[in-house]
Amino acid sequence: MIKFDNVSKRYPGGHQALSQVDFELADGEMAFLTGRSGAGKSTLLKLIMLMETSSQGQIFVNGKNLSRMPSHRIPFYRRRIGVVFQDHQLLFDRNVFENVALPLQIEGYPKHEADRRVRAALDKVGLLKKEKMLPITLSGGEQQRIGIARAVVNRPQILLADEPTGNLDPELAAEIMNLFEQFNQVGVSMLIASHDLSLITRLQHRILTLDNGRLVHDAHHTAAGAQPKGVKQ
Amino acid sequence: MSRRASGAKTSSRTARGALQSHWQQHLKIASDSFKRLLQQPSATLMTIAVIGIALLLPSTLFVSMNNLNALSDNINGASKITLYLHDNHNEVEALQVSEQLLQRESIATATYVSPAQAAAEFSVYSGLGDVIEALEENPLPGSIIVTPARIDANTAQALAEELAQINIVSSTQLDLEWVERLQRFLQLVQRASTGLMLILALAVLFIVGNTIRLAIEGRRAEIVVVKLVGGTNSYVARPFLYAGAYYGLAGSLLACIMLGLLMWAVSGPARALLALYDSDFQLRTLGFSSTLLLLLIGTGLGWLGALISVRQHLTDIEPA
Repeated sequence: MIKFDNVSKRYPGGHQALSQVDFELADGEMAFLTGRSGAGKSTLLKLIMLMETSSQGQIFVNGKNLSRMPSHRIPFYRRRIGVVFQDHQLLFDRNVFENVALPLQIEGYPKHEADRRVRAALDKVGLLKKEKMLPITLSGGEQQRIGIARAVVNRPQILLADEPTGNLDPELAAEIMNLFEQFNQVGVSMLIASHDLSLITRLQHRILTLDNGRLVHDAHHTAAGAQPKGVKQ
Repeated sequence: MSRRASGAKTSSRTARGALQSHWQQHLKIASDSFKRLLQQPSATLMTIAVIGIALLLPSTLFVSMNNLNALSDNINGASKITLYLHDNHNEVEALQVSEQLLQRESIATATYVSPAQAAAEFSVYSGLGDVIEALEENPLPGSIIVTPARIDANTAQALAEELAQINIVSSTQLDLEWVERLQRFLQLVQRASTGLMLILALAVLFIVGNTIRLAIEGRRAEIVVVKLVGGTNSYVARPFLYAGAYYGLAGSLLACIMLGLLMWAVSGPARALLALYDSDFQLRTLGFSSTLLLLLIGTGLGWLGALISVRQHLTDIEPA
């Protein structure tokens, strides 16, 4: 589903964000991307979103080579990918419902169809009763769930998340991860950047570890696998 | 399977449904961007007022030109060619000639004025009746006053030259020079006002362009989010284009209203002035089709100004 082939990214200032990254994420797979701040997690996700382009190497998403994608195709490509941001990226002058409806509005869904899908997504994240409220009046965890509902409302094949639990307390963070696992179970491929090792090692999925822009570790975590100390099962 | 379900849904959406939702989408964006303008009434009104004033000036010029042209047509009808007759002409013959002239299509009226009538008129209008009476002989020649059916400087000149060939005519005087001057003057004003209109149209483009640029800046965060979830440049641009068109439409409506008030204010004095000249000339207003044209031009200019601004500023905003 996602394939990085010897990908490097150097920013105009000279900062080498990624060096020769190679990995492949299968259709329907769920993986975590971890590493310290500045290790290149966000850059990697931005490359998949085509918010940045690689300086070297090639990225394939769903068989398509991203470096060959003409700029007018990019919006249509992005519609097939759901993204959850750490800072939510919500529109604060619109209510919960309108925020979630945005991707469908852009795609030009008929209203009744859009309404149905928005309600389904809100139901999934447990915000159906708050659809008329403004995001600013909701808690951080609820705002994050609006972001998730928006990311999945047009049923993307791939869901990316950049530190989705960064600002949440452990209990809420676990809830959010649980939600992601549910999406993964219905076939959505997922790549989630998180530095919350204790949380992600508990969820037995593949973990890609970045260090200084290099992919230093790639392992499928099972209960039997090596785990950092002090993590409860 | 969420993915498969999504694929099936997408393909099952009929072309008609897609078209319908396309219009739904347009309608929604149109009404959203209208509401957005209403949310900042004072800023919106200021912009509309500036556009209105910028459009008022050329439309006032247009109406003035229209009136002056109509007025000059009116005046042209009053221009005339005077045929002075030989001193020894026969009055019967002169009347016959003027009858014959009336038969011509190129001539609207032909009136014979005998030397005696001329002397009488001169006494009345000049107040120098005593001088005429003091003279032994009437010094004034008989004349035929001709009004051409169609007046423009060239054909009137040709007609005058032709009439000079008639045997009892000693000389002709074409009373057209001032009409020609008036026409040249009108041409000058017309050219100048066309230039001014173009400049003011440009001003409207800049006003709308700048307003839209500020609106784009104010909504930068929102634009980034929309682009992140797959909004195309044209989708992001649409509300701004609608806003530009609204500004233009409202500005031109305001210009129409101000022009109407202006016309109403000057109509009284204008009528009084024209009455002094015994003219039955009616002041011309903008009229239905010109009003429609003004609204169309205003809306078009607003849209174009927004388009230019969007092209310049919107594509720069990319999520990063």
